[in-house]
Parts: sequence; C-alpha cells; structure tokens
Amino acid sequence: MAVDYTTQAAGGIGDAVLRKEDRKFVTGEGRYVDDLKLPGMLHAAFVRSPFGHARITSIDAAAALALPGVHAVLTHESLPVETGVLSASNPGGDVRHPEQAILVKEIARYVGEPVAMVIADDRYLARDGADLVHVEYDPLPVVVDAEKALEAGAPLVHAEYDSNLVKTLEHHTDGFDDAMAKASKVIKLRVDNQRLTPSAMETRGCIGDWQDATGEVTLYTSTQVAHFVRTFVSIVCGTSEAKVRVVTPDVGGGFGAKLNTYREEFAVCAASHAVGRPVKWIEDRTEAGVATIHGRAQVQYYEVGVTDEGKIVALKFDAIQNNGAYNMLLTPSISHLTLFMVPGLYDIQDISIRIRQAFTNTTPTDAYRGAGRPEATHGIERLMDAIADELGIDAAEIRRRNFIKPEQFPYSSATGLIYDSGSYDENLDAALELSDYAGFEARRAESEAKGKYRGIGLSTYVEVCGLAPSAVTAALGIGAPGWEHSTVRLHPTGKATVITGTSPHGQGHATSWSQITQTELGIPFEDVEVIHGDTAFQPYGLGTYGSRSLAVGGIALYRSLGKVREKARELAAHLLECSVDDMEWTGTAWQVKGSPDRSKTIQELAYAGWTSASLPEGIEPVLEATTFHDPPNFTFPSGTHVCEVEIDPDTGRIEILKYTAVDDCGNVINPLIVDGQVHGGIIQGLGQALFEETVYAEDGQMLTPTFVEYLVPSAADVPEMTLSRTTTPSPSNPLGVKGIGEAGTIGASAAIVNAAVDALSGLGVRHIEMPMQPARIWNVIQEAKS
Amino acid sequence: MGETITVTVNGTAHTAEVEPRTLLVHFLREQLNLTGTHIGCDTSTCGCCTVHVDGDAVLSCSTLAIQCDGREVRTVEGLQSEDGTLHPIQQAFHENHGLQCGYCTPGMMMAAVGIIEQQPNATDDEIRAALEGNLCRCTGYQNIVASIRAAADQMARS
Repeated sequence: MAVDYTTQAAGGIGDAVLRKEDRKFVTGEGRYVDDLKLPGMLHAAFVRSPFGHARITSIDAAAALALPGVHAVLTHESLPVETGVLSASNPGGDVRHPEQAILVKEIARYVGEPVAMVIADDRYLARDGADLVHVEYDPLPVVVDAEKALEAGAPLVHAEYDSNLVKTLEHHTDGFDDAMAKASKVIKLRVDNQRLTPSAMETRGCIGDWQDATGEVTLYTSTQVAHFVRTFVSIVCGTSEAKVRVVTPDVGGGFGAKLNTYREEFAVCAASHAVGRPVKWIEDRTEAGVATIHGRAQVQYYEVGVTDEGKIVALKFDAIQNNGAYNMLLTPSISHLTLFMVPGLYDIQDISIRIRQAFTNTTPTDAYRGAGRPEATHGIERLMDAIADELGIDAAEIRRRNFIKPEQFPYSSATGLIYDSGSYDENLDAALELSDYAGFEARRAESEAKGKYRGIGLSTYVEVCGLAPSAVTAALGIGAPGWEHSTVRLHPTGKATVITGTSPHGQGHATSWSQITQTELGIPFEDVEVIHGDTAFQPYGLGTYGSRSLAVGGIALYRSLGKVREKARELAAHLLECSVDDMEWTGTAWQVKGSPDRSKTIQELAYAGWTSASLPEGIEPVLEATTFHDPPNFTFPSGTHVCEVEIDPDTGRIEILKYTAVDDCGNVINPLIVDGQVHGGIIQGLGQALFEETVYAEDGQMLTPTFVEYLVPSAADVPEMTLSRTTTPSPSNPLGVKGIGEAGTIGASAAIVNAAVDALSGLGVRHIEMPMQPARIWNVIQEAKS
Repeated sequence: MGETITVTVNGTAHTAEVEPRTLLVHFLREQLNLTGTHIGCDTSTCGCCTVHVDGDAVLSCSTLAIQCDGREVRTVEGLQSEDGTLHPIQQAFHENHGLQCGYCTPGMMMAAVGIIEQQPNATDDEIRAALEGNLCRCTGYQNIVASIRAAADQMARS
C-alpha cells in the first residue's frame, strides 16, 4: 500500500523535523542512570575473576570489611537470590543452558566473571574495598577459540556436559545434493567474522532500591528492555512481578548490548535487600570490556555451486559460533538469525546450513547491532566477489544475475522466510550511478600512477527486521512475544500523551511518534508528549532492538491513533446530531460532509470526551485507546553500499575515498533521523572492517578491554558518506515502513573489505579477514609480492 | 584528609572540601551536581568528560579537583545564556542532528568550542583531526562535523 505523505504539514510524517529530545541533551540536562541520587544510596564495586577458568578455593573479605565506609561484601553464599541468570532462547529445543549464578559459584569461567560485590559509602571506597577482597583461585584449563573448543579432548567449559557444544542448528533443502552435483564449478571460502565489543558511550549501570516494608523494588537501569528486566528480576530475586518497577532513564546508546538482563541488575536489587539501602553500580570502561556481552565471533565455511554464467545453484554454509561461557538472554538465537539470512537477497533455493554453537572461556556473546545478520551478509557478499573473480564476471553483474526479482515478491526463501517487498536492481543501479562505478578504472589508473592501490567494493543486502510476529518467535524457541504496546491519551486541554512500549536510546522516538500523532490525529507535533521506559506506566513493552520500533511499535501507535480518531468521530456525530456515516475527517477535525461550519476539532472532542456531559450510547468517557500490535510478518529492508578505497603500500593504511549508500527502508517518517541511523550504522560496520577486534590470549586473558586497545573509529578515521534512498513500502503494515537501525552496519563491512580486496587483486589477493588494520594489510601485500 | 579548594564553575565560586584523589569530573558531578559532564572511559580516550579550565579544553577524568583550586571551569551547563538562549554550538548540534543518544554530546560540544576558538576557519578535515579525542558511537560523526562547521560560521558572523 503506497502512502503519499509528501503533502503533510511541517511536523508530520515524512518531514525532516528537528528532534524534540535535543534540548535537554545539549544543555546537560539529560538524566542517565549515573546522574541519579537516591537518599541513603550506597555504591557497589565487583571483584571479578582474573582467570579465564578457575576454581575458587577461598574468599577472604576481612580486610575489606575493616575499611571504614565499607558496609558489606556479598558472595554467592550471601547474596539473597533464588536463581541464576535466565535465558529466553532455546532454538530447536534441547539447547544446553548451564547455570549462571549471579555471583560465581565455585568455578569462574571467563575473565571478568563477578565473584564478589563490595558495598560502600561511595564509589571510591567501594573500589578500595574490592581491591582488599582476597580470593584464592586454582586455575583450570582454558579454551577461548570456538573451533578448538569443539575438538575432541578440548578443556570442558562446563564439566557437566560431555563437550562444549551448545547446540547445532541445521537446515537442509531436499534438492541440495542434486543441485550441488550439477554445478559446473564449486567455490569455497572461509570467513572469520571477528568478535566485537559493542561499546555504547554510556557503559551499563543500575540502582536497586528495595523497600523492606512493602517488598517493592525499583530498579533504575540503562537498558533497551525494561519489561524483560522486570520479569526476570522478579524471578531471580523471588518477588512478585507486580512489586517490581523498572525505570529506564536516558540511555546513552545500546546497540544490542543493553538488550539483555545482566547479573549486576539482579545483584543491585538483592544487595539493596540485604543492606536495606539503595545500591548503585556504574560499570567502568575496563569492566565493560569483559562484563557486557560481545558480538559476532562466528567462523564460516562456504561452498557454493555455480553455473558457467555465474548463477548460484546450491549453497552450503557451515559455521561455528562462539557463544562464550554462558547463554545470555538471546545468545543461541543470534546465529539462528544468521541461518535465516544465509542466502541474502539472492534467489537460491537449494541450501545446506549447519551452525554449531560452542561454549568457550570468554565473555558471552549476544545481540550486537545487526545480531547475526551482518555475519550472513558479510559472508555472502565476500562470496559473491569470490564467484565474480573466479568466473571473470563483473561484481555488479554477478549480483544482478542472482537477485530475487521484483515480480517474485512475496518471496519464499529457502530458509523459510517470506520477503515482503524489494527492488534490488533499483538499489544497485542508483548506487552504481552515485558512486560513478563505470568511471572507476580511470581512477584506479590515477592511483597506480601515484604508486597506490585503488579498489571499489559492493555490498548488496537484505535484512530481516521488525522483530517479530509472536507465533514466529515462539516457533523459533524464543520465550517471549514480539508484539508492541501503545496507549494514546487525549487530555482535557487537547494535548496528547503517547505511551509506548519501545525504549529509545538515541533513535528519537519522541520526535517520530509525535509526527505520526500529528498526521494521524491532527494534534500538533509540539502538543504531544511521549512516555517510555518505565514499567509503572506501561502494561508491557518489548523494547527497542532488531530495527523493530517503528515497524512494530510505530504501528501499535498508528492503530491506537486510529481508535481514538474513530471514537472522536462517534462523539462528533453525536454532538453535531448527525450519523457517523455523514462525518468526514479533515486532518484536524470531524465535520459534517461538505459543511465546514459544522465541525468539531480533535481538541474540542478531547474536552467533550473528558467532560462527558453528553456521550453517545455505549461510548465510555475520555478519548483514550490502547493497542497491542502483533505484526503479521517481518519487514525486509535492503540496499546497496559502494566503497572506494586507496591503499598505501608503504604503510598498509586504507583510506576510504568515497562511500555511497542507497537504502530502502520503506516509507520514511523523518528523513533526518533515518540518515542519522544510516550514518552511525555504516561507521559501526566500518569499525568492524578496519579497526575493531576483541582479542583473547590463549590463556583466557582479555587483551582489548579499553578504548586504548579496542579501536572505535574517531571522526578522523571515517569518510563523509553519500546517502540516497529507494522506496518499496512494506505491505505488512499500514505505514509501509520497514526499519533502518541496523541497515548501515549490515551493509558496510563487506563493501569496505571487497574494495580492499579489489585494490590488491592485481597482486593476486583474493580474501582479507577483518579488521583490516594497517599491519594486516601491509603483511598481506608483502606475502602477495613474495 | 580533605583539602579545601575554591573553584569557579560557570561563573560561580564554590568552596568545598575534597579528597586529594577526587577527580574533577566527580567533583563536578557528585559535589556540585553538575551531571552534564559524563564519563565514557578510564583511559583518557573518549572525551565525554571534556570541560574548559581557564579557557582550555581538558579531560576532567584526568584532572584532579585540587588542581583546579583558584581556577575557572566551564561545563556544558555554562554554555547557554542566562536568558536560556542556546550557545551557537548547542543550536547547531540541534539543527544538524549532531546527536542521537546525547551521551558524548556535552564533551563533544566543549571540545568543539575549543576547536572553533583556536581554528575559526577550520576545514572539515581539520575539524575531524581536532575531534580525534572525542568518540561518538551513534552518529558516524558526519552531522557532528556539520554542526561544528555551522557553529563556526555562526560565531564568525556574530
């Protein structure tokens, strides 16, 4: 369904309106967790395992407890909790879920695992106290590499299992073997999608406030999923869910890392219960490197069968996913998302997939921007270039020959998804044009004349967003639904409050939701207030992740606005003494058809609904409506990214000369916000391609815990980007929207690596692993030359 | 064990007792309740805590409060005029969508004001080079650079 919003007034759908969130942030009035102070609040610091795998033989807290200002030292034995950390993920059933105690019980399984918790008057004293807790460890054998972890005889991360295998995910189509046998060529490729540290600028942090008299607990926490946290706090801490309130103040970025429920969130609640005062914990950056989930960490083996013309006839994907030492909220489901997207946007119906997940002595992995989908996209986009290279076909042409065509939508993928809409040729054409792909060889020659290597790389992607239809999440073994909540409430003064179950942390929902409200209900943008992230205000909310907020939460809002508008229509008809069928909506008022002098504005109707002096029969007072929207399908944004690089052979440094992105996220509510999401997403993908890697030594030590070793891109490292859009509205929702939060990250890394491989192709280079730091590129060049 | 210091912050003199080890950022946040200055790392790498001391942009996580005795500190709370008019850098970040989650924004703006004062005609590349010590994970920097350029132009005109 195409919706034309080009004629909307300023502040409505489609307008690049400036964000209403901004003022508090630019004046320093944002309120993040660490900005909050509660009366009597104490501070927590954690003692963490310095070993990747070790048995704890003793914990001596005497010196810490003797320090003035230290109130308590809590360990597994003394922390009042009922269970360990819970996971909501069991894809295919039979996933191994070992116990993950809130504080280590006997055996620590990764560096940074919390062993004890020190509660003190301030954060300095808490840290001092933590340094005085003496823990004796008996080191055990360590395995950090997932492939090695699955070899016979590998050290066992969890001794109760006979191997480190968490789960094997498989998907094979019947015709695969025949199809592969008929291929005229089989091409193989190994791709290592390295481990990453999400690195939101605000680390995690939380305050637990347990009221002894009532048994109520309030948890202030930097999260993307307040309601998940509430549900799990009630179970872990052994209290009624009705007594738990989770408040999400301003959140300084999440990128999936705050789509989780963490030990520290349970621990501050339990500690507050134990000491009888509020307890705050703020993660420091070095802690964040080990205590917050990591992303990616997947090694992939591709085998693709092709015809002489470059048409893919069969695809085999065998991967090993490093889950880390435990399963967090969604860990086993992340590589399941990879499974779904293995074929990408190519028409490949014969497929064989196996993904083996492994426990290792490392920090658990889980959702990081893209969550399983960047892994699939990066791999197949590297593979497409390998095919193009092998067959001597242009990289754009090989993709074109394999694209799903517009007339094939809705398209049933070999992995069981129904792609909603898309026009992949259109994305590709626009990106080739904008990047002057045709003129590239002349530019390559210019660089060669300067003694430099120049390359151009493509990445064409589709992603699965709008997580998710609840029946599907259940079928995928995720123990949570995928719907979203909204409430729209009109006040006597005609202003509106929107309560949303989404949980923005930079995405600008207050702005976008106000735009939707203005367009659909005629309440001016500035008269709309958006409330989110407080379980006391919402029936339930599933939160913000998986590019779902607009496609699910935005549609929940759209439907509530429609309900309010229809109720207002009945009220207007009643007050104007005519039939409901005779009313027409002007955009801001209901009027009798053809009689502008007989009308009621939405504000007048809000007042009349509140006074309730005269209501139509069967209509309750107040213009308010609530919706729980469960989407009928996912959405499938797509795009083409083109990157042009120049490599200095003397230093190995890659300079990005030009970056072009054409994205199709369906209809757009606010182009400013969409572009901002694309910019940020691309630079996170660029970070993976060029700089970022979370590294463990073989003995389990974490070598990259801070921004000194873990290289997040700075402004000086990244290019100006050129963006454009195509639009194929999603038929799955009435706004035709798809989602854009992860697209940039999903599209970027392959475009950059493909450009670098192209630049060095003249030397015979066929593949480069990420991150492409200068030393790696320099070595690749030396090896190629020798 | 406390030391008495007097620090002028955003034009107001504050006399307070601090531990010698107290970092300026904790003094501002915990004792003066100026929570606009944020902490993003422990290695002087991210720039979230950038404030001005005697007119120079410094990292308040790597400065002791006692080092600021008798000095002038300016934080994000001191950018806007008393009548509530936003400083050109604040206005520019808003108008150019130079922020998303807002966490790096105060430090980013304080660094930007320093850049504009030192290099009023900085090119985009010079702005990017000068911003190297301020990390943002949301924006990809494109709109931050545009914001700083716009603010520099505005400040040059006024």
